[in-house]
Amino acid sequence: MATRLKEVDAVMVGMGWTGSIMARELTKSGLTVLGLERGEDLSPRENFALPAVRDELRYSYRLELIQDPALETVTFRHRPSESALPMRRFGSFLPGNSVGGAANHWGGQHWRYLPSDHRTRSHIVERYGAQAIPDDMPIQDWAMTYDELEPYYDKFDKLCGVSGKAGNLRGEKIEGGNAFEGLRSNEYPTPPLIMTESGLMFAKVAKELGYHPFPQPASNASQPYTNSEGLTLGGCQYCGFCERNGCEANAKAGPQVCVLPVLRADPRFKLRDRAWVSRLSYDKAAKKVTGVIFTDTRTGEEYEQPAGIVVLSAYVFGNISLLLNSGIGEPYDPVTQKGAVGKNYCYQLSRMGVTLFFEDKFFNPFMGSPGTQMVMDDFNGDNFDHSGLGFLGGCKIQLGHADGRPISYRPVPPGTPRWGAAWKKATAKWYQHAARITLSGSNYANRYNYIDLDPTYKDQLGRPLLRMTYNFVENDYKVGDYCMRIALEIARTMKPTMMGPPGLRRGDYDTVPYQSTHNTGGTIMGTDPKTSVVNRYLQVWDADNLFIMGASTFPQQSAYNPTGPVGALAYWSADAIVTKYLKSPGPLVHA
Amino acid sequence: MANKSTPDDNNPIARRNFLLGASTAVAAGLAPPAAAPAQPAASSPSTAPEPASEPTTYLTLTETEVAFFAAVADTMIPADELTPSGTDCGTVRFIDRQLASAWGGGAKMYRSGPFRKARPEYGYQLPLTPRQFFAAGIVAANAWTRKLYGKDFDRLAAKGREDALKALEQGKAALDDFDGKQFFEALLQITMEAFFADPIYGGNRNKASWRMLGFPGLPAVYSNLIEEYRNKRYVAEPQSIADFS
Repeated sequence: MATRLKEVDAVMVGMGWTGSIMARELTKSGLTVLGLERGEDLSPRENFALPAVRDELRYSYRLELIQDPALETVTFRHRPSESALPMRRFGSFLPGNSVGGAANHWGGQHWRYLPSDHRTRSHIVERYGAQAIPDDMPIQDWAMTYDELEPYYDKFDKLCGVSGKAGNLRGEKIEGGNAFEGLRSNEYPTPPLIMTESGLMFAKVAKELGYHPFPQPASNASQPYTNSEGLTLGGCQYCGFCERNGCEANAKAGPQVCVLPVLRADPRFKLRDRAWVSRLSYDKAAKKVTGVIFTDTRTGEEYEQPAGIVVLSAYVFGNISLLLNSGIGEPYDPVTQKGAVGKNYCYQLSRMGVTLFFEDKFFNPFMGSPGTQMVMDDFNGDNFDHSGLGFLGGCKIQLGHADGRPISYRPVPPGTPRWGAAWKKATAKWYQHAARITLSGSNYANRYNYIDLDPTYKDQLGRPLLRMTYNFVENDYKVGDYCMRIALEIARTMKPTMMGPPGLRRGDYDTVPYQSTHNTGGTIMGTDPKTSVVNRYLQVWDADNLFIMGASTFPQQSAYNPTGPVGALAYWSADAIVTKYLKSPGPLVHA
Repeated sequence: MANKSTPDDNNPIARRNFLLGASTAVAAGLAPPAAAPAQPAASSPSTAPEPASEPTTYLTLTETEVAFFAAVADTMIPADELTPSGTDCGTVRFIDRQLASAWGGGAKMYRSGPFRKARPEYGYQLPLTPRQFFAAGIVAANAWTRKLYGKDFDRLAAKGREDALKALEQGKAALDDFDGKQFFEALLQITMEAFFADPIYGGNRNKASWRMLGFPGLPAVYSNLIEEYRNKRYVAEPQSIADFS
């Protein structure tokens, strides 16, 4: 029997970016907030300190900061006709596992989605007609426009100290920024990072070819920055150990640096780590949740935590799992296409690119960060005319050196053996001289890509694991093929000594090599309770005091990394709770 | 698995006192077997190996396993003007420590059944921990080379070892009830980890691979250097975690 604890005003399930932002906004409005986090608390000063933080084996291969699949993983199959198997190790994506969430180990690429991404379906219908969207592609509009979300994008920028260069400042086009971005009310908080030789070479050629390269916006502050919470970030050290590692310079934005120091000092806030929420208490008739049930992972003891408001701020999979395991909402069925929980699971088209070798260039690949890249958005989203192309969506195309960590970064020319004397010579010869143009593509929803509960495999608490049914489809291959032609045009114009083969998307989705931790969907936002789980304020249609944060609310995935809108949406939803919901608790949108 | 420290038909000499290093594979004082095994590659590295001052005691590996991993390491990473051999760089010591670690024991793996054979896109689906996987793989690989060449893998001449590894790599080795290609990929991965990881784990001795690449290691604080060294090779004496501890 679970021990019943004293009620709090609001409980956060997961203390990464969204739980931290929401907890901060709600405590500011006077609420008492409990932050529950399954993983352990960390101290950046101790856990992300030199010299131990510069350890490729520990962080990139033994996955120190990554969720333990022995506690909870997902099962996987390519198509509904197959039976699923568990992902026994995480590979393709790497969810975080501690206070601070995946922001402890993210790379910091920080985007706002395109205004057309916010209206994906309407935009395409207006430009190309309804017949342009295939029947099995249930793409939807976001439930708020870019312009509505802009102040919250701005707010999140100022929390993170994002580095970058505006391309559209209050409607004025600025040379050198992203020509395709939506209107920004403010310049980036810090200037762009120092770009690498490889990025500058790419940008020069891309520009000559008529494209619009610009520096990657990054939550790696380019100089010391005092953020909107009065907390100070350091300047990026270009260490080449950013993604998968913590940041000793406090330059990489994350809750541990940007929010939690303020929150921890607030008596209205309490953090409880090693607290694994297994289900929500749900009153279906009243359309309310009454609290959460969690297990203290140190003792195995179960607790019931009553709360006036529950916020699901776990990773995408945690949010979906808690709905399905608590009987909230209708599970999606790909045959009838009824139900919305688990629908429109999307991912990212990645691992596409081409490696260039320049005999006479020195790139020092170990100096850089995921933000030291030059990017172009000319073929992203609907920034180019898709008439007659036979696909929807696009890619960002970029080049720069993010890291030269030697277990993983060892570019060699095509045809080089993978071991032995010849391999060694080529590895030594080319380490300084290679650069890779990479493509990251959108991934639009498909009717048969979805999440439900696995009938066989269980997590450590005995709950069914989530089952992912997912594969790339024709549209994805075409997006990659088309954008690769552009990348190859740029590559050839850069006149490398030689080029590797184009890395294209072919065949079934492979869960083993890392691709991106950009899983989206499953609890999507929308205007119709039949085809969405949350309304425009991220409030659950079936429980008005339950709110869901994060990329699980994206109706489909654009070509961008998702953290920018994830943070903006947390501020947007928090604002709605504070200014609307607390005054009049109940559904904020009447369907 | 079979204990290979005692002589038998397939393993005519015990491998006690097996010394690491490409040129010292068979310890003095052991009678050569009737059919003398070929010496491992008699390469003469121009880079002198580090003095073998550290005792070759292992946390978990058996003598047969040490011999196997050493032979793999020296085939994948032969000594040349760039670096000493794989074993001289501490590869076997690294592997021993990794397989004795929590990771070797199956940490951060979902290990509940049922288990089922699946296509590679589904990832690792065996019930074995990494420690068990390598133990089973070595038994299977040695059985295969004995069938094919009459010897354990480590007793093959350099050319034979190369051919055997290539057959495993290309999926052409018919191991009994064991996926040779999967085993090869795991061997390649752990050998490369040993060669390129921070020396704190026992491999990459004297930062040999970092010197080979020109990877400076730590502290990796480049905000004042990145612009200055655009298109200019940055050279620094590599430093590792232990150098700052």
